[in-house]
Amino acid sequence: MSASADRLPRLLALVPYLMSHPGAQVGEVAAVFGLSEKQLIDDLQLVWMCGLPGHTPGDLIDVSWDGGEILIDNAETIARPLRLGVDEASALLVALRTLAATPELALPVNGGASGDALARVTAKLERAAGEGAATVSSQVAVDVDAAPDALPRVREALSRGRRLSLRYYVPGRDEVTPREVDPMRIVVVDGRGYLEGWCYRAEAMRLFRLDRMLGVDVLDVPADPPEEAEPIDVTQGVFRPSPTDELVELELSAAGRWVAEYYPCEEVTELGEGRLRVALRARDEDWILKLALRLGDTGRVVSPPEMAESVRQEAGRALALYAHQS
Amino acid sequence: MSRRKTERLLNLVICLLATRRPLSAEQIRQAVPGYDRDGDEAFQRMFERDKNELREIGIPIDVVRDPWEDEPGYRIERESYELPEITLEPDEAAVLGLAAQVWQRASLAEAASGALLKLRAAGVATEHPVGTGPLELRVDTRDPAFPALWDAVRDRRVVRFDYRGAGSESVRGRTVEPWGVVSRRGRWYLAGFDRDRDAPRVFRLSRITGPVTAVGKAGVVEVPEGIDLRGMVGYRDEPVEERVAVVRIRQGACEGLRSLAKDVRPGTDGWDVAELAFTDPERLAGWMAGLGADVEVVEPPDAREAVIRRLKGALA
Repeated sequence: MSASADRLPRLLALVPYLMSHPGAQVGEVAAVFGLSEKQLIDDLQLVWMCGLPGHTPGDLIDVSWDGGEILIDNAETIARPLRLGVDEASALLVALRTLAATPELALPVNGGASGDALARVTAKLERAAGEGAATVSSQVAVDVDAAPDALPRVREALSRGRRLSLRYYVPGRDEVTPREVDPMRIVVVDGRGYLEGWCYRAEAMRLFRLDRMLGVDVLDVPADPPEEAEPIDVTQGVFRPSPTDELVELELSAAGRWVAEYYPCEEVTELGEGRLRVALRARDEDWILKLALRLGDTGRVVSPPEMAESVRQEAGRALALYAHQS
Repeated sequence: MSRRKTERLLNLVICLLATRRPLSAEQIRQAVPGYDRDGDEAFQRMFERDKNELREIGIPIDVVRDPWEDEPGYRIERESYELPEITLEPDEAAVLGLAAQVWQRASLAEAASGALLKLRAAGVATEHPVGTGPLELRVDTRDPAFPALWDAVRDRRVVRFDYRGAGSESVRGRTVEPWGVVSRRGRWYLAGFDRDRDAPRVFRLSRITGPVTAVGKAGVVEVPEGIDLRGMVGYRDEPVEERVAVVRIRQGACEGLRSLAKDVRPGTDGWDVAELAFTDPERLAGWMAGLGADVEVVEPPDAREAVIRRLKGALA
């Protein structure tokens, strides 16, 4: 809410906030509204100029912030916030329904929320929001995959603060690796559940897809992640290749366009008739080899040429198996 | 928006909320500072714009036409303006805080945080969403088409857009009555009635090329009673028939595949034989082809052929 066009809605929330939190501190209120203290004071000065028609001192809103403590008076007319807009209420209702669809995944592990808190808050919000929002929010749905088998033990480790021993499947390399992980939280991104934790094998924070855990054991060792363990920023998606990974160019037919939707590409060029040229970062050679073989005639590696050559060689070796059998 | 204008609008809101009787434009002009200095026509234009801006942020302005008066009267009815009384228990507030962060950085982030701010202003103690709690749930709306489709669903308006079907070489214009949008495995789909095909259809948002244009009036689209949006997007309740493939795996290779296979029997010629459950031969073939010369699909024939076709394609 920094744009000046948002200022009026902000003021119409700020005044009720100050009424319901008498004596709130300037710094604390500024943080709630995402403002600097200077911007907040500027807002207060503006509010102080407004009031009932007549605009005598007795009509104006009275605000003071002596010693950083904000007091407001004579603002009863706008003491309640504006009702929720359809977008606002719908955004929250859709999110609540998403949580409700997977209670085992979504409810805080030790946040103290009892099972029906979701139902109760949804009902209250629907009442406060009115019919329009309830209708729209029923037309927007987010599916979350069913809770994987590994979840109960992961949750147990989280709530008891124990280290986990995992057998973790990595399809990109067709590997199953043993991992010891200090679990930190569950992250649900793009409809799938992940455990975020400190991985002792990688000596770094890692995300582990719950449905790729082939074995989960809760160890009798307290989880003790190092201090540098910081949550991973998943705002740009879970799959984030390193900028130092090799840049590979692929040409895709219309049937191979899914690649551009699945993997973050640095460049996407339309070649006509639905064909695409994409440039993406390959985590390792094996991964790109597997992708190219899987694509068959719906995609081919353009560069680097050595990569294109290894794909052809591997395809040839694999085909030889089929030649002598049939 | 200039400071003077914000001040004028805030005074206007207070004035219209405080009045018991509807006020005429002229009365408002006298009562609200900021209008008084302008000429009649300039005032009318300014007042029109102000009303529109207030309505845009969701403030309901009543226009009351009294048959005995020439001019309409204006006021804001307290009941339709104010957020109804709402109190949340601490556990409810915790859940709401979690819900509000679902859209962080998505196109609904502003709507969600705006809602949370209003609830806080009403004295509801919601937890500050920090993204460091024991759970983070996040839904992205990266598709450029999302905001326009959300608006169209909300306003029940028909939309038009260019669309490339799965694997299709060409792009075609579509006219659709939107019934809803569904996110599945991180991908957004539009479900609705395709007017060109005269049938219900599902569209993946990432395959919409170019802008989504709303056409016609709001409120036109009728969503059929009891429509199952999730079902339309392919959430199958009945399980798909599971089949079994026989594969040969090179000894010492394909560790992951072995863990997922049903029954791995050691062979003598340097190869082991395993059984693998699958439903879609093409999906299986993609996976097996990716493993290259470390694996051979023995049967069934359709899966075996599909692998050979992919490998030949990769060789060419």
